[in-house]
Amino acid sequence: MSDTTTAVVEKASEPLFSSKNRKLVVDPLDDNNPITVQVLGICSALAVTTQVEPALVMSLCVVAVMAVSNLTVSLIRNIMPGRIRMIIQLLVIATLVTVVDQLLKAFVYDLSKELSVFIGLIITNCIVMGRLEAFAMANKPWPSFLDGIGNGLGYGAILILVAAIRELFGFGTLLGWKLLTPDTAIGGFLADIGYVNNGIMTTSAAAMFIIGVLIWIQRGRNTKLVDIS
Amino acid sequence: MQTDSNIYTLGFATVTVILVALLLSGLATGLKPIQMAEEEKDNKFNILRSVIPDVKKENAMELFDKYITPVVVNGQGKPLTGVEPLKLTMRKEYAKPAVDQQLPIYISDIDGKKKYVVPMHGNGLWDYIGGYIALEPDFNTVAGAIFTHVGETPGLGAEINKDWFQDSFKNEKLMNNKGEFVGIVVKKGKQIADADHIVDGISGATITGDGVQAMIDGNLRSYLPYFKTVKN
Repeated sequence: MSDTTTAVVEKASEPLFSSKNRKLVVDPLDDNNPITVQVLGICSALAVTTQVEPALVMSLCVVAVMAVSNLTVSLIRNIMPGRIRMIIQLLVIATLVTVVDQLLKAFVYDLSKELSVFIGLIITNCIVMGRLEAFAMANKPWPSFLDGIGNGLGYGAILILVAAIRELFGFGTLLGWKLLTPDTAIGGFLADIGYVNNGIMTTSAAAMFIIGVLIWIQRGRNTKLVDIS
Repeated sequence: MQTDSNIYTLGFATVTVILVALLLSGLATGLKPIQMAEEEKDNKFNILRSVIPDVKKENAMELFDKYITPVVVNGQGKPLTGVEPLKLTMRKEYAKPAVDQQLPIYISDIDGKKKYVVPMHGNGLWDYIGGYIALEPDFNTVAGAIFTHVGETPGLGAEINKDWFQDSFKNEKLMNNKGEFVGIVVKKGKQIADADHIVDGISGATITGDGVQAMIDGNLRSYLPYFKTVKN
């Protein structure tokens, strides 16, 4: 009798940040990265990585939306009819995104103008729906919430990395700071020896091959990802 | 619970959709007045910014009242009365035939120096673009330009609202040597950008740049009769 009680108590008091839960946040950063391993969210990774600042803002918004939508869907997962679950998931995402958009417009108008298209783009980001379907539908609210944050961060990490490479070589700047433009010391020297900004970096094609190279590097050094077959 | 029956599925869908609809429409209606006020403040701020580049948004409302006199004219340059200039939708006005147009113009008077600010509206790559262009009293030299956009590509077309692009319109000329209106060409390449009617475009944003060029050209043409009346 006493044994069972202990077991129940132990189960109920699983620490909020147990190693299993921590793994939910850390895993998507590398071993299970949504972009380079799950190959989700490629479309927005091509579109919003021309410069670091928008990529940063987009990442923050995606983290927020993923965390809350994972939480919501996990809460209603048992009462949701199976046949229309994807429609309901999309409804949850779209509602959240619209609420965020309206609130931003009313209370931080300037920021909302800066974000403009990003907010809408989150609805179509397949990572959000992918995680709802793959994780939140089968797990409890708290792990789902963490999974949302982890995958949002994993997505953001790749986004910012790609954006940094594209901005530096495409525009010669980083977060708007001039680094390689001809009016700086290094940029001036480079310009003298014939360096020019690489125009292809400003196009989506550049993001495609940067992501390709990132996947290559990641699989090269992370043995867990090596496909033995 | 039997969650797979038709009745349950339909019921669940209905309840969810009604809840979401109530939430969103309630939110939109509730926030509308705040959003409208923010929009008006932003418009006034942009008008001011085209003539005073370092103006702060906090002071926009009082400085607007202090420095700016709005007037509305028709397509022939005749003044109209009883029209609220900031309430006009420029998209609709520019689409009308010249006789019916109601064209607002914001005249700034700072230390006795007058500048004329014209609201703009046009098409970018994905959505509408707009802004304000301030002209010196010769109606030829650009005193400043502010561009806005709804959904241009971040990092490319969206750059039109950045200072470096907007500043490049300063001191550009709208007329050629013969006094004919030619507008401003947005074209890539720094070498040619020194010319009077050409500004350096944005790499990767050709269509947005073309939109800016077409917008300035089309919109200012509607005001030419008014410019003529003021000059004479």
